Amino acid sequence: MKPPVWKRRTSAQSLLAWFSWLLLVAVAVYCWKAMNENTIWEFVKDSPRQIAEIGGRMFPPKWDYFPTLLKPLWDTINIATLGTALGVLLAIPVSYLAARNVTPSLWVLRPIAMFLIVASRSINSVIWALLLVSILGPGLLAGILAIALRSVGFVAKLIYESIEEVDPRQMEAIAATGAGNGQILTYAVVPQILPSFAGISVFRWDINIRESAVLGLVGAGGIGLQLEASMNNLAWSQVSLILLAIFSLVGLSEWVSAKIRHAII
Amino acid sequence: MLEIEKLSKKYPTGDLALTDVSLSVPAGQLVGLIGPSGAGKSTLIRCVNRLVEPSSGSIRLNGEDLTRFGKRRLREARRRIGMIFQEHALMERLTVMENVLSGRLGYVGFWKSFFRRFPGQSVAEAFKILDRVGLGAFPNKRADALSGGQRQRVGIARALLQNPDLLLVDEPTASLDPKTSRQIMRLICELCAERGLSAIVNIHDVPLAQAYLPRIVGLKAGRIVYDGPAQGLTPEVLTRIYGEEDWAKTERSEDEEGAGEQETLKVEKVLEAS
Amino acid sequence: MSEATYPTTWTKPKLIPSPVKRYGLYVLIAVYLALAVRDIEFDWGRMTVGLERGWAFLSGFFHPDIRSRWDEIVIGMKESLTMTVVASVAGILISVPFGLGAAKNISHPLVYYFCRTVIAFSRSFQEVIIAILFVAMFGFGPFAGFLTIVVATIGFLGKLIAEAIEDIDPAQVEAIRATGASWGQTFNYGVQPQIMPRFVGLCMYRLDINFRESAVVGIVGAGGIGATLNTAIERYEFDVAAGILLLIIAIVIVLEYASAFVRKRAQ
Repeated sequence: MKPPVWKRRTSAQSLLAWFSWLLLVAVAVYCWKAMNENTIWEFVKDSPRQIAEIGGRMFPPKWDYFPTLLKPLWDTINIATLGTALGVLLAIPVSYLAARNVTPSLWVLRPIAMFLIVASRSINSVIWALLLVSILGPGLLAGILAIALRSVGFVAKLIYESIEEVDPRQMEAIAATGAGNGQILTYAVVPQILPSFAGISVFRWDINIRESAVLGLVGAGGIGLQLEASMNNLAWSQVSLILLAIFSLVGLSEWVSAKIRHAII
Repeated sequence: MLEIEKLSKKYPTGDLALTDVSLSVPAGQLVGLIGPSGAGKSTLIRCVNRLVEPSSGSIRLNGEDLTRFGKRRLREARRRIGMIFQEHALMERLTVMENVLSGRLGYVGFWKSFFRRFPGQSVAEAFKILDRVGLGAFPNKRADALSGGQRQRVGIARALLQNPDLLLVDEPTASLDPKTSRQIMRLICELCAERGLSAIVNIHDVPLAQAYLPRIVGLKAGRIVYDGPAQGLTPEVLTRIYGEEDWAKTERSEDEEGAGEQETLKVEKVLEAS
Repeated sequence: MSEATYPTTWTKPKLIPSPVKRYGLYVLIAVYLALAVRDIEFDWGRMTVGLERGWAFLSGFFHPDIRSRWDEIVIGMKESLTMTVVASVAGILISVPFGLGAAKNISHPLVYYFCRTVIAFSRSFQEVIIAILFVAMFGFGPFAGFLTIVVATIGFLGKLIAEAIEDIDPAQVEAIRATGASWGQTFNYGVQPQIMPRFVGLCMYRLDINFRESAVVGIVGAGGIGATLNTAIERYEFDVAAGILLLIIAIVIVLEYASAFVRKRAQ
């Protein structure tokens, strides 16, 4: 009789595990092949030289270009701020419809709200901007709306989740006084979600600063316009300055957002 | 004044919470409702103001059958029924005054209540009641800054501001220490006597119930198994209600933990949303 | 005691008690909004055209068209999906060492600062910016997109893996170390089991995000469905654009369900 051997998995399980790993590797290799069907490897081989050249031309950044960037930076902040504000405003009714415990219609309006949320989240703000530039023409407005449309889903999802987590006894207590649905909402639900609501909005604003910096690439205003123009002119010393400006702006907004969220909690 | 007749509640899960409960409470009477966890005490109390919809039976308040009311009339009826909750169920982030004034929400329109414009008479009444429950000094304090006993006093003030005919009291002393529990029970009894209110007090602490409530109704598995004076709660009766147990000891059960601190943003949630 | 002894009005204490500061804040917000809104140029003539096109786009959602550009869509989707898979696998493999290095409780200080810097850089730039730089360096096509997504994945996963490791229960690690285990064994027995469910979850989130990014890098020439979408929008073929967007949304929903399923299994 053989002594018992301890194994973490039964042989069938370990076979399955090995097979899954093998499958994953096979899929990855196949995808690599398929993806690179049209890749021109000459360019890739040439890239170290390209990187060195671009890198060399990026330094030093063209500092006297900076004053030109002030207005685009201001625009970028405005796109993010106004876009976030609009997005949050739109997200309020959507999250009301989507929250299971307060929605006026579980089988009709809630699924619609859920679809709006997933649609908004699935589509990158750059794609939204591309569409809106084509619809409204280039400019800040397209950028603001793009940021707003992208933010709705994110904000609404987090708000409706926090609505679903409210203490139901507070809602009961208000209902027991003979209050109407609107009053239950404003007295029992709103005060409970207000801190997370503020936190979510500020958090999204921080993300939106980062996103609005690129919308100019598709014509939707902000510092991305300068980036696009400088890249087209191969003015790499301007590009490096713009990247530095974006880097600083993003760092600043992250700091502000962390400060505000800390103050709220 | 309150007549409950053959009330039954069956939850969608199939659980029979109440079976043919009949109970009559004359004006000015205090009734203690005791029974083990899951006996249907909470369900019974919530059926009266239809926070839980009864499946069958009737509930008459001053002769009118509440179970037949539509939304509007139900809201009007709820204004006459004050409710005091287990662990107070205050709006933690609102001030004491807003919590008390919320007792008048049934009388005030949406926008007036939204901008906190309550009639002067209600405001004066709220100050008076706050004084009566011993909280006259803190109308502007936030509810979450108060102690457990103080919060329950705010809950009592909210119910009283409704100027109700009937009080429904659901485990008023859960999670309070013994001394505060007695203070709160005494306060409820005094206020009911002052205003001639009747009340149904759902309570798990048998000695406390016996000390303050003249009439006791025992509930077991959704049926009334005892209805009589507090003195009649002999060990035999208690065994009938709770099952075999050493009655020298007092039981403490039912969930005692409050709502946990809510975190504003969790990484996983943000990721899922992004 | 008479009613008159009690006040008949009550106002809620303000969040900012000082009226000067409160109204100052209101004014500040109003001025900012005025300045910001002033800079938006409203071109009403353009708006009427916009309304028409906006309507064309919206109605496109109700009769999306994926037939007429089917071949291009297939090519774009294939690029996007393959890019997603390869970049996710590579990104996850590379982000693990970065995540370990960026966890304060198990890493050497020098390694820690190096890893944190790399992560901070990769997180600061939106993927589209990284994509244009890579297109300039490596040429057009999905290879540049692949690199972009790998870099973005490193920043994202590196940071979150590091945080997951920093959150672990140190007692379990000590218990393993007390048996005389080496660093590798300590990690394998004390750390890995604690972060594994979280790690699997994070990888699944990233797969989903990577697909969405693969759909956008094409706009700047880095391959994927974004290029097809860009062309459709430039031609004002809004029903094709709507079709592509619906496809993207459908794939995202599928990925979300898959990720929820895997995360449940990993618990």
